[in-house]
Amino acid sequence: MDKETIIGRYPRSRDCLLSILHDLQEANPENYLTEGDLALAAAHVGLPLAAVHDAVTFYSMFSLRPRGRHIIRLCASPNCHLAGAWSALAELRTLLGVDVGGTTPDGLFTLELTSCLGVCGVAPVMMVDDEVVGNLTPDKVRQTIARYRGVG
Amino acid sequence: MKIARAHVLVGVDDEARLAGVDEVLAVLRGAIAELGLEGEVQVVETGTLGVSGRGVAMAVYPDGVYYAGVTPADARTIAEEHLWKGRPVERLRLPTAAPVARPAEVLGRQVRVVLANCGIIDPEEIEEYIAVGGYEALGRALTQMTPEQVIDEVKRAGLRGRGGAGFPTGVKWSAVRLAPGPEKYVICNADEGEPGTFKDRLILEGDPHKLIEAMAIAAYAVGARTGIVYVRGEYKLSIARISRAIAQAREYGLLGPRILDTAFSFDVEVRPGAGAYVCGEETALIESLEGERGWPRIRPPYPVTHGLWGKPTVVNNVETLANVPEILRRGAAWYRTLGTPTCPGTKVYTILGHVRFPGLVEVPMGTPLRTLIYELGGGLPEGRELKGLLIGGAAGAFLPPEALDVRMDFDSLAERAAVLGSGAILVMDETTCMVDMLGSVLRFFRHESCGQCVPCRTGTDALVRLMGALQAGEGDERILSQMVEIVDAMRLASLCPLGQSVALPVRTAMDGFRDEFLAHARGSPCPRCRASAHPCEGAP
Repeated sequence: MDKETIIGRYPRSRDCLLSILHDLQEANPENYLTEGDLALAAAHVGLPLAAVHDAVTFYSMFSLRPRGRHIIRLCASPNCHLAGAWSALAELRTLLGVDVGGTTPDGLFTLELTSCLGVCGVAPVMMVDDEVVGNLTPDKVRQTIARYRGVG
Repeated sequence: MKIARAHVLVGVDDEARLAGVDEVLAVLRGAIAELGLEGEVQVVETGTLGVSGRGVAMAVYPDGVYYAGVTPADARTIAEEHLWKGRPVERLRLPTAAPVARPAEVLGRQVRVVLANCGIIDPEEIEEYIAVGGYEALGRALTQMTPEQVIDEVKRAGLRGRGGAGFPTGVKWSAVRLAPGPEKYVICNADEGEPGTFKDRLILEGDPHKLIEAMAIAAYAVGARTGIVYVRGEYKLSIARISRAIAQAREYGLLGPRILDTAFSFDVEVRPGAGAYVCGEETALIESLEGERGWPRIRPPYPVTHGLWGKPTVVNNVETLANVPEILRRGAAWYRTLGTPTCPGTKVYTILGHVRFPGLVEVPMGTPLRTLIYELGGGLPEGRELKGLLIGGAAGAFLPPEALDVRMDFDSLAERAAVLGSGAILVMDETTCMVDMLGSVLRFFRHESCGQCVPCRTGTDALVRLMGALQAGEGDERILSQMVEIVDAMRLASLCPLGQSVALPVRTAMDGFRDEFLAHARGSPCPRCRASAHPCEGAP
């Protein structure tokens, strides 16, 4: 879907800003919002570009820099921490060779940390794009990464 | 729904997806077809059954048999053994004392008001909600009651907000009704972000029409025509289910112009958040809806008079709203038979950590903590000892085992300087290091501080640095008093509850587990801290 169509589905109201930004970001294979996206959104809802920029930088789900095709978000909240999130994080760092916030050189993954994902019954948990992966052990982290590497 | 001899209710949520529910469903449906049971047995995808961390869960009615940890191969066995031959598969049954008839008994003595339909109806079909009495309360309100009478009923029921603060809902509604201006709003706060809490997600996914009905009742009571559900952006399934429910309600004329042929018109929109814990605070949520950074506003004025676009606005949490239809259907007097005199009704808790049956439970207000952990949560796994509890989420209190007899309601907890918060209960056994856990809590606050006010922005950062030193064995006892000074300043000077509430976990952890903090301050080695402090540096 092109950007005009995405935006056209929303009324010209500021309360739609986050919805529009989510859709624009999802439509970008590099998982980020371009300057052009921000300008389009600003014009549509009638906010200055600076205000939209201001909002985008506040929310952790948005990025202004290109990211990997798959976003890995590991929960580090107390519940997942108790269940061993830090050992999953250590494994992710080793496997991907990047730090939190980094993107792998092949552009496949970006590693991020997130607050509680609301799936605490299977802590520790990460989300890869929209998929929830829980009961993480270093082994399960390896399998998951291998699976995504396999499908590209 | 067609009449069938048996129904298999399969809980479908993110957790179930992760456990492979789609494959289980495919095998189950295939086996039912092969056995020629298609007309007799109906498979229904429903919301949570209240069981967590045990894989795919399902219930077979009318037998009331609950299964957990069901694999695709097990699904075939269940079809062959239970559905065809009528012999429940003991190996997969949830461990309960007695044969269960309703989910109310699955995990012990629950009283379900808010979750009454979760795991029983198909959340994607409005007819199923209507069949269990759904939209009856809305009909009664619109045709037999004035808005004032609705507010009065909610006031007499004594309903208090379940978002954490416990403010009386009827009083809030009344303030919005009396606020001048023709344009008013009803907002459902579904931006659930409290660590360890997922009750709102499961209500949204298990019984979305209940929320829509409640919002319509609230709108009628206060005189609003527009409602907004502000949902966490990460809750993809919740967003899909509530959106579908809204579309169905419109089709049935339960949303839109002239609902049930009355003069009342109301519609609801869904707006996703984008990853900011602070947006659960009502004024930050409103800022976010207005297209701004989610920065809390200085109060007063309050949203009841100056909310969305400066207009009078009701902001209610998901669980609060989910109480409303039943209050109107069965009356305030019935509602008051549950809970305590000052906190009537029930409360939904998530029991997590080192317990045998993690998951979601609903019990009357005032239920002792001990009952929740040992009866509903099944206690700690065999051979493990209780060391401490974190109740109310990250902004909650660390409690030692001596606190087990505290009653869980707003007022009893306040007496102990603890809070009910979001209803998260994290159970920790003797392997847990409390210093390490507090470190995790403080990293969460540093990440989620919105940065608007100085005490919170710099305070959370300083706390994380001090904790790092303590965990690395590089600190001394002065660190402990410095941390208390910081959180006390934050409590007094922060703009919103986020900064103000950091004092609670810090002070309670240091009070309840003083020896452990002193040992760390004196440089005793702690393997757990050493393993977790550095890899998670920079973690939220």
